[in-house]
Amino acid sequence: MGIYSPLIQNLMPNKTFFWFFLPTGLAMILFIGLPIISTGIQSFYAQHDQVVKEVKKCDPFGCTVSIVVDNELTTKLREAKPLGKFNGFGTYIDRNHLAIDEIKKFWNETDNFGAFVDQVTNLPFYKALIFTLTYCLFVTPNVLLLGFIIALSLNAVARKIRGPLIFGTILPMIVTPLVGSLVLFWMIDSQGIIGANIQNLMNDPYLSLKSSKTLTWITIIIYGIWHHSPFAFVVFYAALQTVPQEPVEAAIIDGASRFQRIKHIVLPHIYPVVTFVALISLMDNFRVFEPIIGFSAEGSAQSLSWLIYDNLVNEEVILFGSAAATSMMTIVGIAILLAPVLIRTWKEFKTAR
Amino acid sequence: MRKILVTLLFLLFGTSAFADCNIKSGSINILANDFPALRTFVETSKQCKGSADFKVTHSSEHNKIAVPALTANPSEFSARIAANSSIVPLMNQDLIRPLDDLVKKYGKGIQSSQLITIDGKVMAVAFMANTQHLYYREDVLKDLGIAVPKTYEEVVAASEKIRASGKMQYPYAAAYKAGWNLAEEFVNMFIGHGGEFFKAGGAQPNINNAKGVATLNMLKKLSELSNPDYLTHDSEAIKVEWESGNVALMTLWASRSGTLLDDEGDPNITKATKLTGPATVGGGNIPAATLWWDGFTLAKNRSDADAEATFRALAHAASNKKMVADAADQAVWLVEGFVPGPKSIGVIEAVKMGAKPYPMLPQMGLMHGALGSEIVEFLQGKESAEQALKDVEAAYISKAKEQGFL
Repeated sequence: MGIYSPLIQNLMPNKTFFWFFLPTGLAMILFIGLPIISTGIQSFYAQHDQVVKEVKKCDPFGCTVSIVVDNELTTKLREAKPLGKFNGFGTYIDRNHLAIDEIKKFWNETDNFGAFVDQVTNLPFYKALIFTLTYCLFVTPNVLLLGFIIALSLNAVARKIRGPLIFGTILPMIVTPLVGSLVLFWMIDSQGIIGANIQNLMNDPYLSLKSSKTLTWITIIIYGIWHHSPFAFVVFYAALQTVPQEPVEAAIIDGASRFQRIKHIVLPHIYPVVTFVALISLMDNFRVFEPIIGFSAEGSAQSLSWLIYDNLVNEEVILFGSAAATSMMTIVGIAILLAPVLIRTWKEFKTAR
Repeated sequence: MRKILVTLLFLLFGTSAFADCNIKSGSINILANDFPALRTFVETSKQCKGSADFKVTHSSEHNKIAVPALTANPSEFSARIAANSSIVPLMNQDLIRPLDDLVKKYGKGIQSSQLITIDGKVMAVAFMANTQHLYYREDVLKDLGIAVPKTYEEVVAASEKIRASGKMQYPYAAAYKAGWNLAEEFVNMFIGHGGEFFKAGGAQPNINNAKGVATLNMLKKLSELSNPDYLTHDSEAIKVEWESGNVALMTLWASRSGTLLDDEGDPNITKATKLTGPATVGGGNIPAATLWWDGFTLAKNRSDADAEATFRALAHAASNKKMVADAADQAVWLVEGFVPGPKSIGVIEAVKMGAKPYPMLPQMGLMHGALGSEIVEFLQGKESAEQALKDVEAAYISKAKEQGFL
């Protein structure tokens, strides 16, 4: 929305724009704004101190004396303060998130930087952050590049076969992410077509794409590129149709090579679209989640989104505070990642006026 | 012979199966996990529904639905089929009701050993038991002259021998999928070593010690004898490995024996598949396994009429002699009249050997969660056992603080 609004503003008066935007704006406040605020508030609270009591428990295997939560007292506490115990930034800085105390300790205890980094990257939040950033860093540029190359090549083939080719190219995007990753997951199994062939090729019967951390990361990244490239391709292909033919023809007469034409005419023309695709890809990639589930890669690769999922569903006790804190930090993370691109767009918008 | 027996039993108890329990009103809605024994149980209770409204949701994602669905008032489900671990969050949030009055009024056929009592109140009625135990391939062990292993040390030795013989590359299998499954294997092995998860009388963790290290080392040895993809293998995946003939020794749930020994798959493998009790470890005398019960609980946030109708229908199944005779293969029933068959060996051996039940503690879920993600790097060889256990305790402490247990 943020990218289109300046364009729309140039075309229509402010008042019209306001009425045009109002329904979307309201929906955004209701379904995105308010939940984010609620999540933010939640992240500052922890559960009340549990009141437990010792009781006798009997089951078919015998009796033991152990503890249960005292429900009467807990209910009273909850009625008095339904949100829980105010915790401030307590959840944000605990070991499972930013781990401020642990990092200080590591810094004082370790004598070289390498050991310090090892210790920090062993913490769950940083482990997830590193995977998330690595994924973004490798997938986003490759998606842009691959999408652009495919768009250029398809733009050059004969019109007759373009339709089926385009359909084939956007297939990865049509396939549900979970299904796509599951198909690949089975193929890379040590008895699957890819996994078994790699074992043969490397002559190592113990080689497993799923057990090695590095190989799992590479698999997920390749999957990410495969899945996201069609989106870049579709947008670039549309943009290529708007490239004016006169300057291109003039350049051909001047003897410019294909590469020079792309560099000096095509790329500058579709540049705003490149920014747009980069923005969207970065946002999508920072929230990487489905492939981790599809590849059952929880052991080797955890992303920030996966941490939220883990806090909400994998525990028998739901950790709302933890999940909320990680969500807020994911939003901040996306904002930081997008900041350079957004600032640039804003500056261009200003000068254009 | 068996057919005659079943027919006889049918004649004896057949009348009760079609008995309408005379439930006049109310609505019944059950949430349950999805495996054959539970389907049988719910179907049996349906025969008794009378004119009550009857609905059921079988889902393997039942754990994720249960707390939110029972928190609503009125709650979506009137009953939830739970187990040792899944009853805890319901107790923590005060979402289930005591059943004493209903048991007195309608629970005639239920044995007192089926009642789960907490602080003197009946909170659940158990109807089946479960555990993880060893499965072995008789033909493979016989060919190589290996005795049936009784300890995990023997399992390791046997697996190494099978591997050395060239028969199988990865002779051992267990559900080591990172997360809940892997943590469950740790829990079993740690209990087998005689470990206690928490310091006496509190919620302080107590796993970073010699027993914890021994547990991790044993898990690592076993993982090295398993398919290299073990971190992605759950119970279903290792069952497939077994049925493909890639595995000769396996630790798996007793409740899965039914599908393992059915007519599907290679008949030679099925014929050679034998069950035995759970193994001990580290010279201990209790098995490295936990006992589980499955039982029904009733939602608190639901009308008394619904609770009564639901209880009557479920109690009908939980005391049904015909059901346990017909479905003797599906589970180890705790219901009166159950005659254990060959598929029940695992659980019965475990009970005989004095296996401990899975700890029913309010903070155990947090420990289980922390184990599932923090011991992976040790198994991958990236971390020492001590460091992994330190990480588990630290992750647990942060979560327990947020939940107010520490």
